Amino acid sequence: MKHLLASGHTACSGCGQAIAARLVIDAAGKNTIVTNNTGCLEVFTTKYPESAWEVPFIHSLFENAAAVASGVEAALKYLGKKDSINVIAEAGDGGTADIGLQALSGMWERGHDILYVCYDNEAYMNTGVQRSGLTPFHAITTTSPSGSQSQGNIRPKKPMPEIANAHGIPYVATASVGFPQDLQRKVKKAFSIKGPKYIQIHVPCPLGWRHEPILTFQIAKLVVETGLFPLIEYDNGQLTGRKQITPKPVEEYLKVQARFKHLLNNPGELQLIQDIADNNIRKYGLKIENKEQS
Amino acid sequence: MKHFLEGSRAVAEVVKLCRPGVISAYPITPQTHIVEELAQFVANGELNSQFVNVESEHSAASVVLGAAATGVRAYTATSSQGLLLMGEVIFNIAGLRLPLVLTCANRAVSAPINIWNDQQDSVSLRDSGWVQFYAENMQELVDLHLIAYRLSEDKSVMLPVMVCMDGYILTHGIETVDLPSQEQVNKFLPEYKALYKLDPADPVTMGVLADPETYMETRYAIQKTLKDTLGLIPKLHADFSKVFGRTYQGLIEEYRTKDAERVIVAMGSVCGTIKEVVDELRAKGKKIGLLRIITYRPFPCQAIYEALKGIPKVAVVDRALSLGSYAPLAGEIKAVFFGKKKKPQVISSFIAGLGGRDVTRHSIKEIIRLLTATEKIGEFIDLKPELLKENYS
Repeated sequence: MKHLLASGHTACSGCGQAIAARLVIDAAGKNTIVTNNTGCLEVFTTKYPESAWEVPFIHSLFENAAAVASGVEAALKYLGKKDSINVIAEAGDGGTADIGLQALSGMWERGHDILYVCYDNEAYMNTGVQRSGLTPFHAITTTSPSGSQSQGNIRPKKPMPEIANAHGIPYVATASVGFPQDLQRKVKKAFSIKGPKYIQIHVPCPLGWRHEPILTFQIAKLVVETGLFPLIEYDNGQLTGRKQITPKPVEEYLKVQARFKHLLNNPGELQLIQDIADNNIRKYGLKIENKEQS
Repeated sequence: MKHFLEGSRAVAEVVKLCRPGVISAYPITPQTHIVEELAQFVANGELNSQFVNVESEHSAASVVLGAAATGVRAYTATSSQGLLLMGEVIFNIAGLRLPLVLTCANRAVSAPINIWNDQQDSVSLRDSGWVQFYAENMQELVDLHLIAYRLSEDKSVMLPVMVCMDGYILTHGIETVDLPSQEQVNKFLPEYKALYKLDPADPVTMGVLADPETYMETRYAIQKTLKDTLGLIPKLHADFSKVFGRTYQGLIEEYRTKDAERVIVAMGSVCGTIKEVVDELRAKGKKIGLLRIITYRPFPCQAIYEALKGIPKVAVVDRALSLGSYAPLAGEIKAVFFGKKKKPQVISSFIAGLGGRDVTRHSIKEIIRLLTATEKIGEFIDLKPELLKENYS
């Protein structure tokens, strides 16, 4: 199969975002226009004179992919081509939850027929691993280091799916690069629905999380299997899908990443992260019981 | 056909005639009347356009960027803080070589907040790669929008154009305007056909990463294009004249400068007042003239040189500052003559009309009075000394 994001780009070995971006665009198909916030994805796919993109692609600035996509969508409507062409706006977690949130909120609120994809690798990786609004609790980044006065990042992840739902948009989902078929099904489902859509994809970053590149898929599965990143789906604000799990202890996920290494001999701090997973498991009914399947 | 119109309405009418497929804007005084009128045209079905109400000027500029990249003619308007908030996107649009037209309703920049007219907003973005036109009156304003789209979409240009109109004076003032017919406009400004666009039938990548091996050439290319544009603008104005019958010089206007001993250089609506003073003083036998800068970017160095090289005394009126240095226009006029043999004996610099302070006939006469053999550097006109007394008690 010819991929719509070609090989030969310059992403790091084991980059979760590179795999996810290819899965997304292959699921979306060739009749798609992509707008992209500044970040790793644009850097590793578009260094002149090469481009990995087999579909029309535009990168403008760090925070405006949602607004640029709104303009693309409006232009396609004007041309009478919107029904035959998909529009994707995509960004990393900082470009989505921090600097790009205003433009994204505007895109959602205005009801543009656009799928917004957030590749969530939980920090500003392109600039060297600084903390973002989607960095998890207690994770070490270069701007949320651990020390005698700190256990790393002081806040949990900003609840982007809930913020998306609060805009009344028709489809919101989370996905993990560790579950590629589920991810592609959600992209295809998104394009069967008119209006603004949001998919947040958990993508490990070996460089930023300091794990072996070979562990990308394993880590992307573990985050789901521990309950730390629930795979959920909302149609018109109603929870309609969830990946059920037999929960594994969070330590299994944390211990393979050096960004959590400082917690491993600290049961009290580890429990705080287990509490986040347990809360997710309760909230979304993630635990497999009574033979219910996902 | 002649109409008695508010300036903002006149802009909206000419934008409608230009047939943009996407319009996006965010409200800011004194730009709002323009986009309100356009929204009404769309609501009435008089204009087939996607009107995108956004949550900020940053997004307004980004929406029209996206539309232009998709091959559709687009339009936005803003002022002051709105233009500055767009600033990042403004540079980006030029770098992407996307044709666009933006109307800047010139307004002072905060702090202190002030909604009235000067030209600090657009002058601050002079280095962005946009062409900048400054209109004197409503008719020219209308005509410059037609020139702006034609220039911006010219295959040899592919750069955005900002049409600057003084806030309130032009946005809210009312004058008689000759609006062209749709047939005339269609003849001068055919349907936009993009050189490159986002189209799945022929995928392109826009907004690439350019490293030190390639970035500099992209900047050189814009610089080269803008330089060449100085030759194209008068040609477009000649074409314009053939279709619409009105003639402009395009880059500059020389008003009674031929035998002048003293010439004032300025941009925008203040030139109307200056012309009145010139006429009044000429009637008294004083050899005064005006050099009006219409095209501020690209800066028409050669035309300015030719116009001023034989003028003994020149007064440059800036309605903006480069805080901590020479006033922007004055510094550039002086640079035109650096190292030249033929040049004015004196080029004096005056700052006037910041934050909407009226530049009256009296103000202009004061500038002329101060235009002596002694060079003035950034002399503020109509300052109130009583407001400058320090009191820290």
